[in-house]
Amino acid sequence: MADRAPVAFRVNGKPCAPRVHPMRRLLDVLREDLQLTGTKEGCGEGECGACAVLIDGKLVDSCLVPVGQVSGHEVTTIEGLASGSTLSSIQQAFVEHGGAQCGICTPGMILAARELLDRVPHPVEGEIREALAGNICRCTGYTRIFASVVRAIEIERGGA
Amino acid sequence: MRSDLAQFELVHAATLREACERLEAGYRPLAGGTDVMVMLSAGKLQQRRWVDVWGIDELRGIDVRPDSIALGALTTYTEVRRHEILSREFPMLAQAASETGGIAIQNRGTLGGNIANASPAADSPPALLAYDAEVVLVSRTGTRRVPYASYHTGYKRTVAVPGEIIAQVVLPRSGERVHYYRKVGPRRAQAISKVCMAACAKMAGQRVASMRIALGGVAPTPVRAEEAERAIVAAEPLARVREALARAIAPIDDMRSTARYRRRVAENLLDDLLELMGHVGLAS
Repeated sequence: MADRAPVAFRVNGKPCAPRVHPMRRLLDVLREDLQLTGTKEGCGEGECGACAVLIDGKLVDSCLVPVGQVSGHEVTTIEGLASGSTLSSIQQAFVEHGGAQCGICTPGMILAARELLDRVPHPVEGEIREALAGNICRCTGYTRIFASVVRAIEIERGGA
Repeated sequence: MRSDLAQFELVHAATLREACERLEAGYRPLAGGTDVMVMLSAGKLQQRRWVDVWGIDELRGIDVRPDSIALGALTTYTEVRRHEILSREFPMLAQAASETGGIAIQNRGTLGGNIANASPAADSPPALLAYDAEVVLVSRTGTRRVPYASYHTGYKRTVAVPGEIIAQVVLPRSGERVHYYRKVGPRRAQAISKVCMAACAKMAGQRVASMRIALGGVAPTPVRAEEAERAIVAAEPLARVREALARAIAPIDDMRSTARYRRRVAENLLDDLLELMGHVGLAS
C-alpha cells in the first residue's frame, strides 16, 4: 500500500491525504485510517443512513462513496459539529429530548438534520420526516428524534 | 463477502474524451456509486476496471431548450426534484426522483446511472418511457440518439455497446396535461418497487387524444403497454383495456413480491389511472 498515491481532501476543516486505494469506502477511511469513529456502519448498502456524512454540505452515505471521489472535497463528520466541548444546537437538542438511545443511528440522524436546517431553516414536520426518512433507528420510535429536531430549530432561531 | 480491493482499479477522468478513451480500453463508468458500491461490498462486482466520471462537467446540467429538456447523465435525483421547469412539465420524473431512496441516495444517484444499471424495478424508467425520452450515447468514435423505448433489450441488457456512455437524457416538451405516477413498495421511503406505473395523456375535450403507459417491476425490462394505450384512445370498453394491460406484463415471483400480487396491483393502478382521467370516453 506504500506506493499508493495520496487522496487529498479536507475533513472537518483540516486537510488530510491518506495513501489508500481510491475504491476504498469513505466510511472505512474515516474510521480506520483517520480514527474518526463517530461515523457508524449499519447496513453497508445505503439503506440505513448510519454512515451518513456531508460532502461539500450534501448528505451522502459514506459506505457508498469510493474515497477517490472525495479528492479535493470537504467532508463533515459528526466530530466536526461541536466546537470544543460546546455541542452544536442539534446535538444539544438530541441530548435534551432523548433523541439518542443506543447511538448507532445518531451521527447520521444529526447530519441529516444539519443538511435539512442548512437548506430549509424553518422546516415543517413533513419536511423533517422526509429529510430523516433515509435514516433508520431501531430504539426510539422516531418521535423523540423529530422532537429533537424541532427543538434544534428553536435553538437556532435564538430561543434558549 | 467483502471484495479484495487489490483486484480493482479506479481511475479519474476529467473530460468526456478521456473517459471515452478509458471505456474503449475496457473500463466502465462509475458515477454516484449507489449501485456499484453495493455490489462491491457484497463481493459481487465482476467488472474490475472503473473510470470515475463524477467530476466530468460535460455530463452535468439541465439544459432547457424550446422543444426539449436535455439532462446530463450525472443529473442527480436531488437536482431533478428541485428543478422548477422539470417539476412543472415532467412531474412524474420529479416524483420518481423524490421516491427513490432517501436524501443521501438522491444526492448521489444519477439518472444516467439508473438507466445504465438497467434494473427492471428502477423508479425513473417508467416515467422516462411515458415521456418518450431519448438517450444520447457517446463513444470515442461518435454520438447516437436512441429512443428510450428501445434501450432495454432484456433483463439487464441494453443497446449500449462496450465503449459507449450515456451522456444525456432528452425529454420532448409535448405538453401532456394528465400525469399519473404511482410506486408501490413495502414502505414509502428507501424501498424498491414491487410495481410502478407512469402514464401521461393529451386530452381533446372529453376524448383522449394520445397516451403512453409504462410499468416497472412487472417484466424483465421496464415496459410500455402500447396495446392498452391504443384501447384507451379508441375508447374501447374497460374490460378490453384491462386485458391489453395484462398482456403487456410478465411479472415473476421473487424476493420482493409475487407474480399474482404484481398483476393485481398493476390492474388496480390502471383503474386508479382511469379514475383520475374520469373514465373519459370509456364504456365500463
